[in-house]
Amino acid sequence: MTESGFLLPDLQDPESAPFWEATARGELCLQRCSGCGRLRMPPRPMCPHCRSTANEWPAVSGRGRIWSFAVVHPPLLPAYAEFAPYPVVVVELDEDPGLRLVGNLVATPEGPINGVDPATIHIGTPVRVVFARVGDVSLPRWMSAAAAD
Amino acid sequence: MAQLIQDRAAIVGIGQTAFGKGLPESELSLACQAISAAIDDAGLRPADVDGLAMFSMENGREVEIARNVGLGEITYFGEVGYGGGAGCGAVGHAAMAVVTGQCEVAVAWRARKRADKGSRPWANVAARLGGAPQWSRPFGLLRPVDEIALLARRYMHEYGATRDHLANVALAFRKHANRNPAATMYEKPLTRAQYMNARWISEPLCLFDNCLETDGALAVVITRASRARDLAQPPVLIHSFAQGFGRQHQVMTNYFCDDPLLGPGWACAKRLWANSEIGPRDISCAQLYDAFSPLVPLSLEAYGFCDRGEGGSFTDDGALEWPHGRLPTNTAGGGMSEAYVHGFNLVLEGVRQMRGTSTAQVERASSCLVTSGEGVPTSALVLRRD
Ligand SMILES: [Zn+2]
Repeated sequence: MTESGFLLPDLQDPESAPFWEATARGELCLQRCSGCGRLRMPPRPMCPHCRSTANEWPAVSGRGRIWSFAVVHPPLLPAYAEFAPYPVVVVELDEDPGLRLVGNLVATPEGPINGVDPATIHIGTPVRVVFARVGDVSLPRWMSAAAAD
Repeated sequence: MAQLIQDRAAIVGIGQTAFGKGLPESELSLACQAISAAIDDAGLRPADVDGLAMFSMENGREVEIARNVGLGEITYFGEVGYGGGAGCGAVGHAAMAVVTGQCEVAVAWRARKRADKGSRPWANVAARLGGAPQWSRPFGLLRPVDEIALLARRYMHEYGATRDHLANVALAFRKHANRNPAATMYEKPLTRAQYMNARWISEPLCLFDNCLETDGALAVVITRASRARDLAQPPVLIHSFAQGFGRQHQVMTNYFCDDPLLGPGWACAKRLWANSEIGPRDISCAQLYDAFSPLVPLSLEAYGFCDRGEGGSFTDDGALEWPHGRLPTNTAGGGMSEAYVHGFNLVLEGVRQMRGTSTAQVERASSCLVTSGEGVPTSALVLRRD
């Protein structure tokens, strides 16, 4: 199986580059407003709370809970069809349940995106971030915290 | 005191092409045919049309429409973005234009060929993703159905909605399509067992939770209500119109706000009912945007037909079914069983209900709610019999 046809982010996108630079270092970093200190996701140029355009990118805990999940079946782009059916999860982060990320659930850090039996996935399950290299990008993925710790 | 649209504009003509897959005509040709039919239906001439309101995603441009159909001098043209959210918006912009004197007679339309690459922006495999898609596509969340499946699962988890509720939606619309000879699914009944055994597309959504893939075009003609009363058809009054999206909304992947299950319909409904003399309780029937079945319970809640979390159970006991349900919905079959033309067919069915010419005609129907895409910046209309 190959992940070479996966859709990948533009690492030159100035709004999001610090996120992908952090994942390459094995860190989950989110944008934080320098004006009011609130974290925000997805990143953007202005803080909707205080309108500051200054921001920094602190590391967060990388822990959260499954907020929702779907199990994706064909028809799909060929690179993804190879792994179908596979689950996709939305994770809400421990720092603030309003901070969410879409991702894949895996059984081992470098495991395939279809490595977890969808029947074992539940909303509310604690998860922990791991990182997997796909092409020149390090994608954040999620493991059951019970399995990862 | 604001001057509201409130019954001062009317839909006076409707036109549509056949629905199908792989129709030979171009989108521009389909658009021109539907617009031409709508002008004829109104008893007007192409030279009478001086306003155009369309979807931003439309491939045929205003000048091409005008050059082909032989329209007069155009003094208003505008477009509405966000795909399926734009239908009622285009009609509403046309209504605003005629009511404020920017034009006399306006046309709004949608023409679409699903086989056309431009019709499916999400199928465009760009080399690298910028903006919002980079936060979902790399993880295999590729299609609109996947994006809605995540919201559907959360909705079912929070409120106890079930696949049976989603089946209620699919089966009601299929029954209505089975009465409508123009519908794609006219001769194809659907049973609950077929629904439950259908293949998954994106769990918890199966094949029958998805809209059709359709080529076709539809158009409406709008003018001031005072002028409408001299034309060929009984005028269908535009009683209220609104657009909307909520705080921190993100198109389709609306997971990044405080309450993702409060979709754009909530903001739209507030304005719609504030500008209306009637409320959800007075509505005779509804045409609710149904690219995916879960959008229907979410819309029932957003537009005030039930409380939050009760959209699923609202569909029980045939509530959406003609003729006995408490809110006959998508009475021509909707996007799931008539045709999926970005929801514009819902506008035309609303007009037929107000004219008394639907194939699932609600008795003494006096008002109809029509909504556009939930999950994207949206729009809605309250239509009324004159
Ligand atoms: Zn701030």
